[in-house]
Amino acid sequence: MNASSFATSARTATNRRVESVGKTVLAGVTALLILPLTAILGLLVIRGAPALSLEFLLEAPAAGMTAGGVFPAIVGTLWLVGVSLAVSAPVGIMAGIYLNEYARANWITRMVNLAIVNLAGVPSIVHALFGVGVFVLFLGLGTSILSASLTLAIMTLPVIIASTKEALAAVPMAFREACWTLGATRWQTIRHVVLPNSISGILTGVILQVSRAAGETAPIMFTGAAFYLPFLPQSVQDQCMALSMHLFTVSTQVPNVPEAIPYATALVLLSVVLLVNLLAIAFRTYLRRNRKW
Amino acid sequence: MVNASPMIEVEELSVSYAGKPALDQVTLDVRRNEILAVIGPANSGKTTLLNCINRMIETIPAASVSGTVKVDGHDVAEYRDPSMLRRRIGMVFPLPVGLPMTVYENVAFAPRMAGERDRTVLDESVERCLKQSALWDEVKDRLDDLGTRLSGGQQQRLTIARALSLNPEILCLDEFSIAVDPVTTMKIEEVLKELNKDMTIVMVTNLVLQAKRMADRTALLLNGKLVEVGDNEVIFSRQAADARTFQYVQGLFG
Repeated sequence: MNASSFATSARTATNRRVESVGKTVLAGVTALLILPLTAILGLLVIRGAPALSLEFLLEAPAAGMTAGGVFPAIVGTLWLVGVSLAVSAPVGIMAGIYLNEYARANWITRMVNLAIVNLAGVPSIVHALFGVGVFVLFLGLGTSILSASLTLAIMTLPVIIASTKEALAAVPMAFREACWTLGATRWQTIRHVVLPNSISGILTGVILQVSRAAGETAPIMFTGAAFYLPFLPQSVQDQCMALSMHLFTVSTQVPNVPEAIPYATALVLLSVVLLVNLLAIAFRTYLRRNRKW
Repeated sequence: MVNASPMIEVEELSVSYAGKPALDQVTLDVRRNEILAVIGPANSGKTTLLNCINRMIETIPAASVSGTVKVDGHDVAEYRDPSMLRRRIGMVFPLPVGLPMTVYENVAFAPRMAGERDRTVLDESVERCLKQSALWDEVKDRLDDLGTRLSGGQQQRLTIARALSLNPEILCLDEFSIAVDPVTTMKIEEVLKELNKDMTIVMVTNLVLQAKRMADRTALLLNGKLVEVGDNEVIFSRQAADARTFQYVQGLFG
């Protein structure tokens, strides 16, 4: 054996250099991504700090929105996110299961898939108009939490369906075939093998939509969110305040608002979204702990 | 009383995938409690034949089937629920597919899906199947390990144990030894000989010698057509009716 074949040649030296440069560039770009996030958070904390207090979280706005807190808006956002997900998560997941596990590959299925992709691309203001037309006026639900939540649900559905399909498609076909040959029905196979192995992927799709439902302003503006309500909603037929809407209001619609209030509101909105996400992620981790492959 | 009617009757079975023929007018019987080996080069329709017996062919959207397959005298197409048919037929794939669950749950899965809830019945069934597949001694202390953590040969015996868990009348094996070492293959072959006392076995194999030592009868498929089916003494001798049979088993082509 020729000993020199293990020596460093010019070629391997070049390869190593390319390797380390590439790695540095990729790591640098990734590090850059942290900048905007920390900048946003930092800005919100610094500018919002003067207004932040326990009272800000637990009191209603006062003095024409120029003082007081955001409590009704927090409650309203939780209502909207909760009700919309209560509709869109089960419907979206069931539709995703049908499309991936049962639907035959024919033109109807292709049309449905095309419709879902296109629906995902519809701007939120168009969803808002749809919500006004269908839920508020045609179905007579009025401007209410229900109308706003259903509008948000329509908006979040396509992504939930698409991510559910994706998660299900990632489960190897061989698992299904093995189950079928063992005499398991399609539903038994889905229930006992496919879903347990895709639930964390499905939930990831749902989690992402929590932030979207909480953050969007346009779809709820005309369908159920109020500028200012002195009381908390009692049922889904009431209107409610919402953090995203409130942020829009105090930033642009009301004169003489102290500068800290919009920033503090934004920080609260961000925190609520992160908190809901954390809960969902904890739940997902809990489900994933006995993933088997 | 020995029931003389065939266990499986395949009549003029033709299958094509999106217009491309895979099986062409195949007619053959599988006798009760025999081992029938199906040999033939790649793409000759061996796996397709197995898939028609338990109607797994339906799960392939592009497949179209004509002809009939009868199991125990009944046309398989008459089963309204194919899972009722599949519970009578064990199936083993070329590569072991361990379900993502424990060794115990893998073997208990099919009885559970068939409605068995009683833990002692399941325990007994799991032990019996693992013993039948010669795996019990190796895994009896690892029943709660993931099935996928077992070695390749152990996983293949696990899939055999799983296929036995509903006491099938028929066991179909599709090139079970492809991912298994020769020693494990011999072990499984002994297991199959033992099982053959109670059940009919159809084994697809690429190993001509395996067909010769295991089967009572052997069928040769070539490009979707049945060349010949007959007793092993005939197929593996110069008396084979078709010249291609002799050539194939002698390794002269394919």
